[in-house]
Amino acid sequence: MINNVIPAFAGVTKRDNIMRYLPLTDSDRQEMLSVIGAASVDDLFVDVPAEARLSDKIAGLPDHASELAVERHMAALARQNLSAGEAPFFLGAGAYKHHVPASVDHLIQRGEFLTAYTPYQPEIAQGTLQVLFEFQTQVARLLGCDVANASMYDGSTACWEAIGMARRITKRGKAILSSGLHPHYVSVANTMARFTGDALVHEAPTLDAATDIDALIAGIDKDTSCVVVQYPDILGRIADLTPLAEAAHAAGALLVAVVTEPVALGAIKAPGHMGADIVVGEGQSIGVGLQFGGPYLGLFACKQKYVRQMPGRLCGETVDAAGKRGFVLTLSTREQHIRREKATSNICTNSGLCALAFSIHMTLLGERGLRELAALNHGLAVQAADRLARVPGVKLLNESFFNEFTLILSKDAREVVRNLADKGVLGGVSLGRLFPDAPQIGNGLVVAVTETVTAEDVEVLAKALEEELA
Amino acid sequence: MSRYFTDEHEWIDVEGEIATVGITDYAQEQLGDIVFVELPAEGTTFEKGDDAAVVESVKAASDVYAPISGEVVETNGALEDEPALVNSDAEEDGWFFKLRVTDASELEGLMNDAAYKKFVASL
Amino acid sequence: MTMLKEGRPTAPQAVTETASIPATATGNRALMLEEALIFEIGSTDTTGVDLADAPKVESRLGNLARADSIGLPGLSEQETVRHYTRLSRQNYAIDLGLFPLGSCTMKHNPRLNEKVARMPGFADLHPLSPQSTVQGALAVIHELAEWLVKLTGMHSVAMSPKAGAHGELCGLLAIRAALEARGDARSVILVPESAHGTNPATAAFCGYKVEDIPATPDGRVDRAALKARLGPDVAAVMITNPNTCGLFERDMKTISEAVHAAGAFVYCDGANFNAIVGRVRPGDLGVDAMHINLHKTFSTPHGGGGPGSGPVVLSQALTPFAPLPFVERQGDKFVLIEEETADEHHAASFGRMVAFHGQMGMFTRALTYILSHGADGLRQVASDAVLNANYILRSLDDVLDAPFGSSGPCMHEALFSDKGLAEGFTTLDIAKGLIDEGFHPMTMYFPLVVHGAMLVEPTETESKAALDQFILALRSLAGRAKAGDEALKGAPYFAPRRRLDETLAARKPVLTWTEPTQAEAAE
Repeated sequence: MINNVIPAFAGVTKRDNIMRYLPLTDSDRQEMLSVIGAASVDDLFVDVPAEARLSDKIAGLPDHASELAVERHMAALARQNLSAGEAPFFLGAGAYKHHVPASVDHLIQRGEFLTAYTPYQPEIAQGTLQVLFEFQTQVARLLGCDVANASMYDGSTACWEAIGMARRITKRGKAILSSGLHPHYVSVANTMARFTGDALVHEAPTLDAATDIDALIAGIDKDTSCVVVQYPDILGRIADLTPLAEAAHAAGALLVAVVTEPVALGAIKAPGHMGADIVVGEGQSIGVGLQFGGPYLGLFACKQKYVRQMPGRLCGETVDAAGKRGFVLTLSTREQHIRREKATSNICTNSGLCALAFSIHMTLLGERGLRELAALNHGLAVQAADRLARVPGVKLLNESFFNEFTLILSKDAREVVRNLADKGVLGGVSLGRLFPDAPQIGNGLVVAVTETVTAEDVEVLAKALEEELA
Repeated sequence: MSRYFTDEHEWIDVEGEIATVGITDYAQEQLGDIVFVELPAEGTTFEKGDDAAVVESVKAASDVYAPISGEVVETNGALEDEPALVNSDAEEDGWFFKLRVTDASELEGLMNDAAYKKFVASL
Repeated sequence: MTMLKEGRPTAPQAVTETASIPATATGNRALMLEEALIFEIGSTDTTGVDLADAPKVESRLGNLARADSIGLPGLSEQETVRHYTRLSRQNYAIDLGLFPLGSCTMKHNPRLNEKVARMPGFADLHPLSPQSTVQGALAVIHELAEWLVKLTGMHSVAMSPKAGAHGELCGLLAIRAALEARGDARSVILVPESAHGTNPATAAFCGYKVEDIPATPDGRVDRAALKARLGPDVAAVMITNPNTCGLFERDMKTISEAVHAAGAFVYCDGANFNAIVGRVRPGDLGVDAMHINLHKTFSTPHGGGGPGSGPVVLSQALTPFAPLPFVERQGDKFVLIEEETADEHHAASFGRMVAFHGQMGMFTRALTYILSHGADGLRQVASDAVLNANYILRSLDDVLDAPFGSSGPCMHEALFSDKGLAEGFTTLDIAKGLIDEGFHPMTMYFPLVVHGAMLVEPTETESKAALDQFILALRSLAGRAKAGDEALKGAPYFAPRRRLDETLAARKPVLTWTEPTQAEAAE
């Protein structure tokens, strides 16, 4: 299947000094130097201290190469991977394989989108700006919030930004993280909190059918800035967030909801409609693709009253000098390039092209398509869960789920996953990999079933699990 | 009632123990179109020089410092809906907040109208 | 109060059409097509996809089915393609012409990069796939990391930061972790006043007090002032080199030595690495940490504002504190070091910054670009970038004020100011005039240390013909602004929109679309 021999780059394939991305000719260079009044390009680097100036190219690295040679090398590396489309595939846990319509990738490759910059000159960036305005509206509606920003790096960083925003609003420094929150999101928050001084309360999940909402409610106190809960959670469980929102609000705290599978919101209630004050998410599922973890798309939405505390870029409607509707980046005084050390966040870029892909895919779906897609995911997941639960040595944890559920195996799931991979089956994500410090849940296997999974795929996984657990 | 000015371009009207604070006409002109004013919560106490409010134009956010120590007893709610008041009437209707003064001696050394005009002319 | 006097008019004056151009019934003008919002042209019952019927099952959604209307309009595929194609045509882009945004390095984005990133073996890989099935992907990360380390002369590289500012955060967190590890609590970070706004924002986020370091009249960091400020409370100095005035910090090495002698670290903002790649290695200048914007120096597309990618190269002293995850070569295998696999060698790591492994889609593109250029080509990149910028500087410094024109050659960007323009004419007018001339404006009003700054970065991928046309446009605009040509204040005339009212947008923020009320609809 994969021979696992990583090729070294062949190296020099051209000996001339003509490089396909550099248009200047030697005679251009000479002409330009004479305008400048310099004898050579080296003269332009006089301010570099002599001992730091390299007199020639860095040794030990290959020279420039033809397009064909580079493509050949990269294709060889690509062949050393087992891609999701090549195997029965059941991985989720924060990144999901969905079918992306062909027109999405075609449209995001239009040079006017792909090779544009942040829309700081709105007269010649209305394309990007209108897309962002539409994106913000789509995201706000999907998540059930009043407003959304123009996107952030990814779900994990959006989650941390929400915790920081809750601190600014409540002026309290203790955040309670649900045990059902993606462990990588917890890790990111822990990293940041170490430096900002926020106190984070968190435990590893237990293998129960019910979520930890009751425990979260019990933990809220007068120092709590926010409760952060994932929906559906890392084990695929879903629960009504309304009681949690009420408990948080009663104590003057905020509810932050995290959605790592936005397709779910075509089937289940939006967190914003259950009282969440800030809803963040990972938008990768819609339009973006797996890409081995990035670039992804951080979604960030909140109630209108908190908009000035929201991090990230915002696009707003206005008019031009001739009275025509147009769009601009707005409320930018919250941002780093104006506020410098008083900014709401140090984040500079958003995830523009991924937001575009999300928005195009969402437009193709429309509400009708999104609901159909969500129903299809749920239906296939239910069938798969029931089939897999019949495998000897497998127990289904969840009572409720959308398109992802947890199986409890009769042995440590990490080894099972590796063995399945050797048989060409990408069977899910083991809780051992996600929670290496919680061996008590090591038998858990998180399985995602999207519209890309066929009944045959499920059969292959069931048979392979049966062999593994025999 | 007497009006004082700071070299940070704030004005202060003192009436009894209550001081009304705003930014000067010169300041609003320098800032351009004001789009938002973030006011302190009533009941907040400031030491002289603390960050007390933020005034935002499209391209800049400027901190307004408490010109004297005191407790915020009232803020100008009208600025919430109409920040442009700061542009149109900075030194009357565009006031920011009222303080209960804790140390009237801090007013000593602030400028009067004439001194402030001279100060601005020197900038 | 603090006041930033540097600003620009943000609400345009009303204009009336001067020429007798007839109106059209649709508002369209030939190829310039107006396009409504999807909320105005789509419907929640329209879809551009067809999906298999969902199997009939008993719901396991736990009584949480979403009953309300979500309000997401759909379009057919044809309408979708047309909507976004029309919108795309309202954007300026590198693919259309010279994009001289200083500090942003808007170079050509080779399409091989796009092709490679879309190979299923890269694009269709799950980040949590078993490591035996992603050896090629780990090899890409490792190979790119090796290039970045060699090009910078540093010890290691943290690959996961998502963008430049995220890389800054990574570098400062590593510095703070290193200081904590030696029990040395320091509280201050020194930042030159010409720095990118992200520098002080990042330092403040990491819990540091930020102090400005002044510049000398020739546009460089005041070495004496910096040295005088060093002391046991200073954790790090953040320097951009080449700096935001487009100049190389000549004293970088001696500054680094002084910083190290005072027990602090040197963070270099690598936003401008394109000027020196292959000609200078930051490691030779004493840098401890530097982020590399793959979307600048290594040609990954800017995408209308991201996604970026900001790997951070680290010195030996900071390497133990690098964030998880990273890729190691063990024999003929590549291993992803993350929570599950990290052993005691990585105990000092300051943690994780992102959910997965960073911007893989940008790594494949950047590696493709690097292999295309090779060691010789990358050196030529810096040479041509600096040559192009100096050519612009010297072709314009007789008509535009170049505040540091006598400070020696510039690096990859040329800095001008609004000094000498007619009363009432500003940098903004020149910028908007450039739009009508068919160019994206330069960076305006940055760096803040120069009044009415215009920062021009042509990059190495512009031909001499393109530069000459740009110079022609700027010479003309400089002439008009000096002569007080009032028409310039109305520019742009030929863009999809005239100057936009940013004041209105900020005073009454409209951030999402809402159904017009009946009264509004009747208007």
